[in-house]
Amino acid sequence: MPRISVTVDGVRHEDDVEARVLLVHYLRESVGKVGTVVGCDTSNCGACTVLLDGESVKSCSVLAVQADGSEVTTIEGLAGDDGSLHPMQQAFHESHALQCGYCTPGMILAAVDLLSNNPDPSEDEIREGLEGNLCRCTGYQNIVRAVQLAAKSSEAAAQGREEVPA
Amino acid sequence: MSTVAEGRVAEVGQARLRSEDAHLITGHTQWTDNITLPGTLHLAILRSPVAHATITKVDVSGARERPGVVAAFSGADLAGDWGSLPMAWTVSEDQKSPPHFPLTADKVRFVGDGVAVVAATSRAAAVDALEAVEFEFETLPAVVDMEAAQGQGSPLVHDDIPANRCFTWKESHGDYAAARSRADIVLKRRYINQRLIPSAMEPRSVVVQPSPATSEFTLWSSTQVPHFVQIFLALTCGIPQQSIRVIAPDVGGGFGSKLDVYAEEAICLTLAKKLGVPIKWTETRSENFQVTIHGRDLIQEVEIAAMRDGTVLGLKVDLTASMGAYLQLLTACIPLLGRYMYPGIYKFEAHDLSCMGVFTNKTPTDAYRGAGRPEATFVIERIMDELAHELQVDPLELRRKNWIDKDEFPYTTVAGLEYDSGDYEKATVRATELLGYDALRREQQERRDRNDPVQIGIGVSTYTEMCGLAPSRWLGKEGYVAGGWEAATVRVLPLGKVEVVTGTSPHGQSHETTFAQIAADALGVGFDDVVVVHGDTRIAPLGLDTYGSRSLAVGGMAIVRASEKIVEKARALAAHQLECDPSDLEFSAGKFTVKGSPDSAKTIQELAFASFVAHDLPDGASPILTADAVVDPETFSFPHGTHLAHVEVDTETGAVALKQYVAVDDVGKVVNPLVVEGQVHGGVAQGIAQALYEGAVYDGDGNLVTGTLVDYFVPSAVDLPSFTTDRTETPSTTNPLGVKGVGEAGTIASTPAVVNAIVDALRPSGVNDVEMPCTPMHVWQAIRTASRGAK
Repeated sequence: MPRISVTVDGVRHEDDVEARVLLVHYLRESVGKVGTVVGCDTSNCGACTVLLDGESVKSCSVLAVQADGSEVTTIEGLAGDDGSLHPMQQAFHESHALQCGYCTPGMILAAVDLLSNNPDPSEDEIREGLEGNLCRCTGYQNIVRAVQLAAKSSEAAAQGREEVPA
Repeated sequence: MSTVAEGRVAEVGQARLRSEDAHLITGHTQWTDNITLPGTLHLAILRSPVAHATITKVDVSGARERPGVVAAFSGADLAGDWGSLPMAWTVSEDQKSPPHFPLTADKVRFVGDGVAVVAATSRAAAVDALEAVEFEFETLPAVVDMEAAQGQGSPLVHDDIPANRCFTWKESHGDYAAARSRADIVLKRRYINQRLIPSAMEPRSVVVQPSPATSEFTLWSSTQVPHFVQIFLALTCGIPQQSIRVIAPDVGGGFGSKLDVYAEEAICLTLAKKLGVPIKWTETRSENFQVTIHGRDLIQEVEIAAMRDGTVLGLKVDLTASMGAYLQLLTACIPLLGRYMYPGIYKFEAHDLSCMGVFTNKTPTDAYRGAGRPEATFVIERIMDELAHELQVDPLELRRKNWIDKDEFPYTTVAGLEYDSGDYEKATVRATELLGYDALRREQQERRDRNDPVQIGIGVSTYTEMCGLAPSRWLGKEGYVAGGWEAATVRVLPLGKVEVVTGTSPHGQSHETTFAQIAADALGVGFDDVVVVHGDTRIAPLGLDTYGSRSLAVGGMAIVRASEKIVEKARALAAHQLECDPSDLEFSAGKFTVKGSPDSAKTIQELAFASFVAHDLPDGASPILTADAVVDPETFSFPHGTHLAHVEVDTETGAVALKQYVAVDDVGKVVNPLVVEGQVHGGVAQGIAQALYEGAVYDGDGNLVTGTLVDYFVPSAVDLPSFTTDRTETPSTTNPLGVKGVGEAGTIASTPAVVNAIVDALRPSGVNDVEMPCTPMHVWQAIRTASRGAK
């Protein structure tokens, strides 16, 4: 069995894994990061999205062995050490961008990656950027609003101003 | 209900951010699949790869030899361990309700029908071992077309059910034949309300922990209905009800698909009982598409009779409904739940309705967001547009001519349901303003005049629906085995916090937030002082769960009633301690004050502590500020609204672009506008998805062709526009909160609005219908067919 070393949410893990194990199953079953969830078996839904070395990936489309030597950020590692929410988490809350919450971890991480590539996206760019993440509850409108809000608050933070009020 | 003092802002009506969010946005969730207990055996289920076959051999001995496998059973092996899965609604005397076992032993009747189960130390080992099960069968011709299914010579899904007929239904209100003969115009249409796959984002999952010493079981399930699961599994598996604790932890959406008691719940419980160890099963998405219920799947023949001036006289509806292979919990009643809604918001004198329920070799159908009401609304709102076109009047004018005016409520419709309130004119005026209706009609005419290849269409849907399921007496008359009440317990804890226990079971609906708002007002305490608990039959032993837009109108009322009892109990204690008569006390903002002596006062939280220590209670009073209430609704509530869709249709490619969507809903008194708006968005999106994108497709052999998310089109963010929403507020008169329900409204309204818009765009081409989903291919085919017909 291959041995891998993966840093997940800041903690290094060394594990023997079957070569066929997907990153999402490794995260859930070996590391215990059950905040990352499985929504499909065809890499369509994006519920399992995590950041792999800073870029969003569907963790069902990556083998655990492919993550060897990498850093993974899951939804559980996004908030600050003091528990302060990431601006995207805060924006999802303030914009009512979740209902059942099952797609939310993947949606938030995909949105974080979207803003890191495009800090000021248009509505269309947000919709296209999140195309790989399905939500059945919200109709996406408030998710778009949340990403817009997070973009504004990040911009405000970058300019050293007070956070833009919701 | 609540008295809100000056200075205390009422919670009800505020856009409170959700209490539910904190754990969901940080991943500290408890989905059922997150639970793995020590010693768990994981199940994998061998499922039929064919739609219809006689089983000749199921031999699991090879699987038992595989690494990690602890046990394996065929359907025949377990036949003595369980009874039929529950079927809770008998719609007619002639209904045939065939047995439906968790694993089948004689025949397989749809692709996905379970035939054997393997229990192993890991999920992968269980799945791997399935290939060692010897499963042999003789394939039979499959029943896939619900109309052909009734013909002579059709194969039979169940050998003893002739013509595959589950039930027949006929009802008549007024004299339709007379109305028809008097009519200037009779229009007939045939609509196909296609089969849909609910696709809640969280696949179903079940975990059972047995306590062999006490023969008790704790069952976690991704379900909308933990109380149903408890009582029906007790019956199916022969275990005392009180020995099964059912927990619905975080549940990732349902939309009706988790309003059921499923084979896998019975299988997990049975194996936990047999093997004495924790058992776990989680479905894959593809498995979900095969074995979790589907929705809709109706053929609707409709005829409307009207006068030249637009007065509608009558409506005749003949339905054929696909049950699929077995009856799940509510399968047979779903097409008939809509039977009260075919008249919509309109006044007319005669209405005939028939329905034929038919077995097919497909996944069973059951409740899917709206459950019969979207199907009915689709028919009446589509045919009203057809009639408007025939009469060459604006579709809104035709509706205005026929709808119930606001001063005519309460109004009993031709289908026999009394609508309590509504203001259709107000919602319609607001919707047309928001859309810019008149300007858009002018632009549409300009495009028509210049024969633009991209045409504009405006679609109208002035819907209503019945919410707050349901008065128990009514359910009994309709053939349902249970009631429709709801229960709540409210406790003011000794340290001043309030605990609200509800029998509803939310899975995205925000009850923890909205129910706290209701209780905070009723008791005059702060929003943050209230905690709402739910979804566990031990913590909330009484309840009938969440479906049918019932939680607020019924469950919310139970919270109000329990809170009122608390206030009265606290009033007696306050009077005792303040040495006055209870009638001399005013209760406001959570405080009892002696009239005329503002300094002589006790807060309800002080009284809760006094009641807890119980040192100085009135004679005969019992300690603790706690109260239960069970509320059975007397009738339904009737949300309504006007939805308008603006589409552009490329007549050369068939492509549809949804440019604008306006929804003005009247859901009565609003507890939390943020939550209501979210429900409308999601509901509208699901209805649009039926109109434009989704459809479960089977081939001639009964294979589900749209068997994964690759093939079944659940829309993403790029496939939907932003919606424009607004509300009118006509309080319901059927409950003291004045609330109506909002969970299903958007889905009910939006499908006909979008299809009406597409057909409206294509009127110059002679098109009068487009088959759903209105894909470019279906639109293009409709244009081609119409142009050939014109030649």
